[in-house]
Amino acid sequence: MNIFERIEKIDRRIIFLLVAIAVLLPLIFKVRMEIPISEPVKKAFVSVDTLSSGTYILISVDYDPASMPELQPMYKTLLMQCFEKGLKPVMIVQWPLGLPLSIKAMSEMAVEYNRIASKEGKDTVVYGVDYCNIGYRPGGVAQIVGIGKEIRDYFESDYKGTPLDSLPMMKDIHNYDNFALLFCLEAGSMGEMYVQYANARFGIKIIFGMTAVSAPDAYPYLQSGQIIGLLGGLQGAAEYETLMKKPGFATMGMTAQSWVHVLIVLFILLGNIGYFIGRKKRRS
Amino acid sequence: MDRYRVVFLILMLFLSLSVYGDEKIAPNDIQETFSDTVLFSVKINPISNFKGEDIPNDAGQSIKLSWEVSDDKSVNFYKIFKSDSPDGPFNPIVQLTSKFRRYDDRDDIKDKKDYYYKIVVMDNKGGAIESDVYGPYRSYAQWFNKKRGIVLFLALLFGFFILYYMKKAKKDPNLFIRRISGLDALDDAVGRSTEMGKPIMYILGIGEITDLPTLAGLNILGDVAEKAFEYGSSIRVPCYDPVVMTTAQEVVKQSAYAVGRPDAFNKNDIMYITKDQFGYAAGCDGMMIREKPGAIFLQGTFYAESLILAETGHSVGAIQIAGTTTTHQLPFFVAACDYTLIGEEMLAASAYLSKDPDMVGTIKGEDAGKLIILLFILIMVLMGTLGHIFHISPIIKIFNAIVALFIQG
Amino acid sequence: MRREIPLAITFITSLIIIVSFFIPHAPFGTMQEISLKWYAIIAGFTMLLGVDSLIHMHSQKIKRKKSGWVYSVVLIVGFAVFVVAGTISGFRYGTAMDINSSFMYLYNYVIIPLQSTMFALLSFFIASAAYRAFRARNLDATLLLITAVIVMIGRVPIGNQIWHNFPAIAEWIMAIPQMAAKRGILIGISLGYIAVSLRIMLGIERSYLS
Repeated sequence: MNIFERIEKIDRRIIFLLVAIAVLLPLIFKVRMEIPISEPVKKAFVSVDTLSSGTYILISVDYDPASMPELQPMYKTLLMQCFEKGLKPVMIVQWPLGLPLSIKAMSEMAVEYNRIASKEGKDTVVYGVDYCNIGYRPGGVAQIVGIGKEIRDYFESDYKGTPLDSLPMMKDIHNYDNFALLFCLEAGSMGEMYVQYANARFGIKIIFGMTAVSAPDAYPYLQSGQIIGLLGGLQGAAEYETLMKKPGFATMGMTAQSWVHVLIVLFILLGNIGYFIGRKKRRS
Repeated sequence: MDRYRVVFLILMLFLSLSVYGDEKIAPNDIQETFSDTVLFSVKINPISNFKGEDIPNDAGQSIKLSWEVSDDKSVNFYKIFKSDSPDGPFNPIVQLTSKFRRYDDRDDIKDKKDYYYKIVVMDNKGGAIESDVYGPYRSYAQWFNKKRGIVLFLALLFGFFILYYMKKAKKDPNLFIRRISGLDALDDAVGRSTEMGKPIMYILGIGEITDLPTLAGLNILGDVAEKAFEYGSSIRVPCYDPVVMTTAQEVVKQSAYAVGRPDAFNKNDIMYITKDQFGYAAGCDGMMIREKPGAIFLQGTFYAESLILAETGHSVGAIQIAGTTTTHQLPFFVAACDYTLIGEEMLAASAYLSKDPDMVGTIKGEDAGKLIILLFILIMVLMGTLGHIFHISPIIKIFNAIVALFIQG
Repeated sequence: MRREIPLAITFITSLIIIVSFFIPHAPFGTMQEISLKWYAIIAGFTMLLGVDSLIHMHSQKIKRKKSGWVYSVVLIVGFAVFVVAGTISGFRYGTAMDINSSFMYLYNYVIIPLQSTMFALLSFFIASAAYRAFRARNLDATLLLITAVIVMIGRVPIGNQIWHNFPAIAEWIMAIPQMAAKRGILIGISLGYIAVSLRIMLGIERSYLS
């Protein structure tokens, strides 16, 4: 087998090994790159940033640990933005395996914000007063439509079992009308249900944070105005971190992703070179 | 064993109910009680432009209230009171924070009955100012949701085309459907697998029986199973959902009977793996690597596990025919599989393979609907583009009106 | 009768849901709400059905000592550990989801790594799939290749470093031609769903009845 035949048919194990190296090295050496900001992410950020203090925002956490690397950074950055702006995030979960993730990040970000706020002499955030998590209930579309009328029809209590009416921040909250916007963190198709039912029937503004694979599907909704912002994958999370001026895991991860993309492009080019030369030889 | 299973299930049921049925009260909970005793300062109506009206396009029993307030900075919260008489007695219905300017009252409203409202504005100093009494307002139930008129029109239009072509197909069973190469390759794939002496693997994806792609996948399974039994091959169907598994077992059994090979059917070949996405993918991959099927069919709803399945299938040297309506997984199937049924091609499979006139008619009706949508898009694009370029206001008005019609639906 | 009754139930239920979508007046409008609530209740029970099927299948495998029965033991033990941990955590902390509970400990150190690992396989598989699939065999394949390269480079920070317009071009591809194609596919799929739903309603499509 000559060199061009080898290039045309590289063993996939070599590809796997090189991909692993390309991912690991930037993370080990903490290499950072400048993150350019795209228009859909900017729209999402500005939509949240221009809300006045005390405004309620509904965050739907619809992912599991598989999509956590892409979506958890978005969620954490969004929570930090909410706490800094004095917004009142209410978390709702449509995926059962997403509930522990939403609680984990919520607790971590509250502790992190309170640590900073205490240093700077600002008010700290308290569960039930400034943020809460109403947990998971099965029901899907039925629930999305039901919340449009009365949230207590499906969520009588939060994830700990505390009745919603006992939480000071939830006393006047009944349906989508009480929220300025809905931020959906999606790994599946729940986002489409929110657009079809929550936005179409009840008019709530929606922002999507999606995995990179699903994000292209959301562009028709962005173009038609059914969603007002879109964060796509780890890149979207990194852009959001950059806009918040708090570079974190997503920003670091994008360097690794950059290297892997370049590696894949190189493999594609090599494969094509091998293919063309091989084809020329076969024809002659 | 069955008895213990039933007991275990009942225990799980009670446990799950207790998790959701908790009615704990948080420690510092203050019970809000409304009081009709209010302190009055100078009686200047703080509320202006109060409107009450029936909420349109609903089942009634709801009144929409909205108002403005002259000085909102001093407002702490509003208390809304309701009565069925202008002289009272007024009962409190809700307390809202200062940022609210509207409220949908659904609290014990009877249709076609007069209701009167007043708002008490509680200010930051603990004082309260009562508004005038507003009303009467009535609620009505509507017989038709006007916002959905356009949806009804389109549903009837498409329904008409589908029924028309179904009738036409009965008279002329040779209505043309273009070639779908993925479906034409079914025969070759099954034949290849039989020649190699390897089983066929059929993966229905991670949808449930209520998902249309799963139903489409089951239709194709019927045909693949028939061919497999006809050629003397075997078929393995790992399932994600128990209900889908029982349906798939029946479909494959029917296929075996249809070709006169009831002995070829083995219930254990259609098995339930797990209802976890990646657990299912791992289970299917394990089967592929152990059994090395000659042909793999991936037909149904797929998400992130699609590429894991397709790449493993490729690595064992199987011919792969995929089909899904999950658009974001299509690129992975196109890259890794030999044939891919894109979206509606998969949904048309049952018609394409069976050539049943009713089913073929629905495909033609679908195409007619698509043609109408295409023409509509072209007309609207022309109207919008020309109207805005040449500033022709009647065209712009019509364009905007049509767009508004679709948005409101 | 065995076939006719389910078909009749399907037809009548579909008709009720469609009618209630357009007629909000009682009793039609409330029928949709009631059926949505019933669906939510049934959806909860299907989770239980999945658990029952899993336990039944693997306990049969252990009982009959079929090949790989040891893995079935591992599965049932893992299942039992999570149920016990969740129950104890629920009683101890009021909810299994408390940050300090043993359930969350297991979730953080078992579920998260396992699921993340499976998802991470995709990065390796996409590299080998892209290498194999993106060959410029003809014009269509060449266009696909060029577009894929532009979007792959433009959507990561290195694209901006190579050429500052790369991200804008990638964004344009995503926002215009890609979106247009997706929209076309979505319209086709939606019409396909209408046709299949009509076939199910009218009893022409009966695969779900088995």
